[in-house]
Amino acid sequence: MPSLRDIRGRIRSIQNTRKITKAYQVVSATKLRRAQQAVQAARPYAEKMLEVLETTSERATEYKHPFLQRREGDRAVVILVTTDKGLCGALNVNSIRAANRYLQSNHLKARWVTIGKKGRDFLARFRQEIIADSSELGDSPSFAAILPAITVALQEFEKGRADTVLLVYERWISTLRQEPVVRTMLPIEIPKREDQPGVSAAPAADYLYEPDPEAVLDALLPRYVETQVFQAVLENKASEHSARMIAMQNATDAAGELIDSLTLFMNKVRQAMITTELMEIVSGAEALRSAED
Amino acid sequence: MPIPVRVVSVERLLFEGDAEFVLTRSLEGELGILPNHAPLLAALAPNELRIDKAGGGSEHIFVGGGFLEVLPDRVTVLADVAEHTSEINLERAEASRRAIADRLAGQVPDTERRSLEQELVMAEERLRLARIRRGGGG
Repeated sequence: MPSLRDIRGRIRSIQNTRKITKAYQVVSATKLRRAQQAVQAARPYAEKMLEVLETTSERATEYKHPFLQRREGDRAVVILVTTDKGLCGALNVNSIRAANRYLQSNHLKARWVTIGKKGRDFLARFRQEIIADSSELGDSPSFAAILPAITVALQEFEKGRADTVLLVYERWISTLRQEPVVRTMLPIEIPKREDQPGVSAAPAADYLYEPDPEAVLDALLPRYVETQVFQAVLENKASEHSARMIAMQNATDAAGELIDSLTLFMNKVRQAMITTELMEIVSGAEALRSAED
Repeated sequence: MPIPVRVVSVERLLFEGDAEFVLTRSLEGELGILPNHAPLLAALAPNELRIDKAGGGSEHIFVGGGFLEVLPDRVTVLADVAEHTSEINLERAEASRRAIADRLAGQVPDTERRSLEQELVMAEERLRLARIRRGGGG
């Protein structure tokens, strides 16, 4: 039977752990709010970009930018967005698994561009080929910081060394739910404009182009991909903080339960000890009395 | 009749409001937009965007490239990198320009060289604007 002091020590150490997980939970909640704001702030640009792209590509239908050309082949470059830190549940594992499943079912051979330490380290352990990496971006990733990695992926495609570029990240659905997403970045498929009766101003524009539609499209297309990846990075951040918040909440709850059951056990041990002592005293006194008689 | 103008960068919305006149520089040269301008889509060079606001006064924003869209009823600037000129820190701008120039001077793979050269043009423009601003006492 463990001594009282051992149990008390364990309870104290779990109490400390609970303090830490609780603090981390609060921190994650705050960071989540900030990450969501960043996603919101980046949205107007992405929306406008898409709108302009739709209009321009309708105009320059003859023009075939390399990014728009489909190619047969099984060489893929996967941009894998993960977190830099752990303690966020199954988030990264889910992303990596989703990526691998997609590659297998489409019979693709992958080389990787990693944004996030966890994904990079995982792939490195399994001796996968990583061609570029932008990790350790902090809590508010800047656009400039992820650019080099994306540029490498785009160039691989442009130079014909890859037939498709994929993007894998964790989409934020709610605080309780995140979902791994695999999306094709290249070749670009420009979504067809939806027929929204409310929006009449959007398709009407017939622009003058400066310098010309092709040049504008040349500049727009890479920008479009970069923006998409940036959005994914921001959203992955939000997912990370959500997942961590939940993981920490679970840890805090588990610590509470453990403390409760340990306290109960401790009380039982203490009572058993008192009982034993009493028995010893009583039997001692009894022995003395019978000796006197 | 003023036109509503919006300037958005990848990271945030920088300006939103009515303007009398917008001045910027496209890849082909200076570009001024007055109300009732024909619809236009232009690729921008790194430059200082000037927006003369409807209520008087003007907004100066450094744009590191991007696009300008003019529609009959509004103007939108999609900026790659953008900041209010008054926010540029002269020392930091100088330091970042030097960092890029140093990297270009050394061994750089061809794949990176092009984007680095673009960055250098951007950094130089940014620095120039910051200097003007300081020189003008603003």
